[in-house]
Amino acid sequence: MTRVDRQRAESEAGSSDALASPKMRVEDLRAWFGRSEVLRGITMPVAERRSTAIIGPSGCGKSTFIRCLNRMHEVVRGARTSGRVLLDGEDIYEDGVNPVRLRQLVGMVFQKPNPFPMMSIRENVLAGLRLQGIRPKNRDDLVERALRQAALWDEVKDVLDRSGSSLSGGQQQRLCIARALALEPEVLLMDEPCSALDPIATAKIEDLIHELRKQYTVVIVTHNMQQASRVADYTAFLYLGELVEFGRTDRIFTSPSDPRTEAYITGRFG
Amino acid sequence: MNRASPRRDVPPPTRLLKTPEGGARAPERVFEVICLLALMLPLLLLVVLIAQAFTDGRERLTWEFLTSYPSRFASQAGILPALVGSACLMMLTAVIAIPIGVGAALYLEEYARESRWTSFIEVNISNLAGVPSIIYGLLGLELFVRAMRMGRSLLAGAATLSLLLLPMVIMASREALRTVPQSTREACYALGADRWQTIRRVVLPMSLPGILTGIILSLARAIGETAPLITIGALTYVAFLPDSVYSPFTALPIQIFNWISRPQTDFHVNAAAGIVVLLAIMLVFNGAAIWLRSRFQRRFS
Repeated sequence: MTRVDRQRAESEAGSSDALASPKMRVEDLRAWFGRSEVLRGITMPVAERRSTAIIGPSGCGKSTFIRCLNRMHEVVRGARTSGRVLLDGEDIYEDGVNPVRLRQLVGMVFQKPNPFPMMSIRENVLAGLRLQGIRPKNRDDLVERALRQAALWDEVKDVLDRSGSSLSGGQQQRLCIARALALEPEVLLMDEPCSALDPIATAKIEDLIHELRKQYTVVIVTHNMQQASRVADYTAFLYLGELVEFGRTDRIFTSPSDPRTEAYITGRFG
Repeated sequence: MNRASPRRDVPPPTRLLKTPEGGARAPERVFEVICLLALMLPLLLLVVLIAQAFTDGRERLTWEFLTSYPSRFASQAGILPALVGSACLMMLTAVIAIPIGVGAALYLEEYARESRWTSFIEVNISNLAGVPSIIYGLLGLELFVRAMRMGRSLLAGAATLSLLLLPMVIMASREALRTVPQSTREACYALGADRWQTIRRVVLPMSLPGILTGIILSLARAIGETAPLITIGALTYVAFLPDSVYSPFTALPIQIFNWISRPQTDFHVNAAAGIVVLLAIMLVFNGAAIWLRSRFQRRFS
């Protein structure tokens, strides 16, 4: 990102209400796997109660970027980061921050649906609480609310005791979303949530994201540009570990300022 | 290769689907038969061994045989102390080896960072699994019986067998822990669980059938171990039941060994009957392992 671009992004941030006080702020974020640097200094805001899409070709660091937002990057052996990620003004990488507590506030949905195979649907939704040893009193309400939010309730309300892995791929992914929502996070990170799903299941998840962004701050990684244009308020284009362009989705897709962005969204590479 | 040559390296494809040999080509058949023989030979030997032991020992396979003490009269001798001794030995061994083995496996799989030190330990655990059991017996004799003053007791025997089992338990447990996909662990971390919560509520329950199978199979091996127990000085003639972990003891393989080394043929019949009992116990252990594995596999798939 050139200085001009950064100024442009900053001015855009200033002019837009949603970016005036962002939920999260990434400042000069760098990430490594062993010796290879996969993120090369990324600075961008994440608007509150909006959806932000991260797009870019394979290997550009999208997944690494989103995993840095709830410190899942460091779970991998040999992975490290530098820079700051502010959540409500507090640096999540500061000494003394408990990544476990952070992940309760910043939930995550993965590329491949990963419900717990030995748990029922009901137990899967409650898994986040049960893992921490919490036994909520109004369990049934909680399960129903989370499953309704994930638009899965009507399909599974009669089979709550069946195994989570008995559901179809799309349903499993919505179960994973329900599982994340049951913890009432403030930010929901989604790492290519539809890449393993068919078009109908994808459409359902996209509808769901439209609903979720009213209540949650959503960050979604996608390699599908149509999906980004459908679900995201803001879009960031990553290329080779650098943030090439960030802005309102309609602006990125109609008048990109960087030639690389234009080349990518018109399908000339990636 | 000569490019100008019109000769094809690959024969032209034939359009005939039916060949003179029928379904499979001759070399294919021959190889299949060789593999089948390789399977049948050990199986046949095993069947002959079991049948031999069974016919030899059939006349002594009675309830009295299981519930009598040894005697100098072959027809009155039984295996009760050996049976009880083996059972106690197995329980004590399990109590010692399971927590240590599973704990070590958990540390290596879930906590340890990759370093020269951990890979050194990993290599040596596999090496230890191949050390002859009599070496463990000598170690047990010096360490448990003498240095730790346990005497020739059940406890010393169980501790020695635990040493023998630990590498196997650790390796089997690690194998089972590795079957839990990384994505499942990440799902836990992303839900705000720490490592301990993840291990306790998800990783252990998911890998338990594999861990149990490994433990049962290694216990089945331990129940047949003779050399280390003889080395630490387990008795061969015991006319009482163990009353504490410090009590002297005998075990089934030792009883069998003792009978077989006697000159009187009547005792050889006893030994054959003892072998049948030992094989039956091992069969039960292995059956339990298979049952556990299939039961949980169905639940998870």
